[in-house]
Amino acid sequence: MAYDYTPFPYVSPPGLTAPEARHRVVIVGAGPIGLAMAIDLAQRGVASVVLDDNNVVSVGSRAICWAKRTLEIFDRLGVGERMLAKGVTWKIGRQFHGAEEVYSFDLLPEEGHKYPAFINLQQYYAEEYLVDRARDFPELIDLRFKNKVVAHEDRGNHVALTVETPEGTYSLQTEYLLACDGAGSATRERMGLDFTGQTFQEQFLIADIEMDESPFGPDPVPERWFWFDPPFHAGKSALLHAQPDNIYRIDLQLDVDADGKAEAAPEKVIPRIKAIVGDKPFRLDWVSVYKFRCIKLDRFVHNRVIFVGDSAHVVSPFGARGGNGGIQDIDNLGWKLVAVLAGEADERLIETYHDERSHGSAENILNSSRATNFMTPKTPIEALFRAEVLRLAHDQPFARKLLNSGRLSVPCSLEGFPLQTPGTGAVPSGRAVVDAPINGPEGDGWLLEQVQTGGFTLVGFGDVQLPEVDGIARVGINQRSADYPCFTALKGLAIRRYGEGRAYLFRPDGHVCASFTAPEADAILAARARAMGAELEPSR
Amino acid sequence: MTIAPDRLSPFQDEFYSALMQAHEGLTEAQSHALNARLVLMMANRIGDLDSLVDILKTARSYEHG
Repeated sequence: MAYDYTPFPYVSPPGLTAPEARHRVVIVGAGPIGLAMAIDLAQRGVASVVLDDNNVVSVGSRAICWAKRTLEIFDRLGVGERMLAKGVTWKIGRQFHGAEEVYSFDLLPEEGHKYPAFINLQQYYAEEYLVDRARDFPELIDLRFKNKVVAHEDRGNHVALTVETPEGTYSLQTEYLLACDGAGSATRERMGLDFTGQTFQEQFLIADIEMDESPFGPDPVPERWFWFDPPFHAGKSALLHAQPDNIYRIDLQLDVDADGKAEAAPEKVIPRIKAIVGDKPFRLDWVSVYKFRCIKLDRFVHNRVIFVGDSAHVVSPFGARGGNGGIQDIDNLGWKLVAVLAGEADERLIETYHDERSHGSAENILNSSRATNFMTPKTPIEALFRAEVLRLAHDQPFARKLLNSGRLSVPCSLEGFPLQTPGTGAVPSGRAVVDAPINGPEGDGWLLEQVQTGGFTLVGFGDVQLPEVDGIARVGINQRSADYPCFTALKGLAIRRYGEGRAYLFRPDGHVCASFTAPEADAILAARARAMGAELEPSR
Repeated sequence: MTIAPDRLSPFQDEFYSALMQAHEGLTEAQSHALNARLVLMMANRIGDLDSLVDILKTARSYEHG
């Protein structure tokens, strides 16, 4: 069944009739990144206005692969379980050469995690769920559809905006402007910021088809199937994914000089799909033709204007590193911005959002460029190496590992960045929380849920005493009795993953920032102060 | 033929990308010459006749596979 794109209502903004008081945060763009950003801030008690020039969720499935870390962040934002329930869970990727399978990978071979390696869920569902969740905060999230920012000016300690609506234009002021307005960011264009990088010449056709019989076969387990040189699309690459509602995503590599518009026409697309699925009936749901780009801004933070998600960085889609990278952006920025707005941290802390996420984005671009280069050889010699890797991959294990159809998104590690206090724990400082099943007074649950409660959390694993520190939540795992909540590690997994007799301090975004064998209040306070930016070099 | 264990992971993508970069901007003839030099230098680095003969035979076996 095709998705019902119900428009969101336009409501007259107060600024049309009388000047509005200066806002703390204005977010441009009500896509997954802007909405998640607003929810993160609202959960931390900070109000925001979300402006979007449109009034409907994204048309077409677009971002469909949501990675484990993204789902864990969505869990904290209150939409993870709903997405998991609707989404198609998968973890196996199979790679074919011609008709023969040459290599498969399992993205989450171990048990004991609340969220799977990946779910596939159309972007319009993700946005719908995020809008529903945002409506839980009527006092803190002011969603304004059909409100288009047409001008902005950074005035040092605030940003002035001009906003166009169907009823006319009005002005807004905000302490911070968060540009979540996507790859074609108008905010970025107005500022004339250089956004050039590697553009790949190859074009890909995306088609979503609805069909009752699965193209994965009669007894389907949803997986990611990738073909090099498939029998149905000779000499090119193809990708198949399952989505909810019996919708399947097919990506087909096109000729370099193909006419994108002509290729997107149903009479061109339908025969290509028939070559894959045969005579099984299907309905074409959405078609798009795209080129790859790998670009990022030099700086994500420009005084009071901060770029988040695709407005700051774009990658080619093979590897699911676009939307998933953007959600890690909001996770990183939210608590820092709130700390600065509350006067608990210096503005320098916001610069660390650039440092940490620019690193994450560079990692995504590197992986994504390598995959794209492998998938689309540019010279005869590159094609020759690729062909021989494929030939060897049928029986040589090392060659299978060289096959690159996208190295799928994994949580970015912030190891070595200055907010973290180096540690020697099983989970190094900088890593995102590693989930594990636990049992407590309210039954079975997940470590994830205890770590990501909003602030800094100190978790003790096994025989280690946790001192009381003002403003830091404490959680004990496999501890007999304490004056803080304690849980049992189910199957011992939490202890195995973190080590016996060790305490970890988690940042509000669930990244480890320090670990201790004998945690003392002074050391914990020092680690928290460092994570809040106390040891950073003064601003330039 | 010999099935060789994988010794390139986890830096296989880094290696492959460096190999492609080594060829960047060369004509096809230059690339073939580069490949020849690489084979000879890698053979010298392996430095074991039995291993080299085995690799030669295995690589060749794909011609009729």
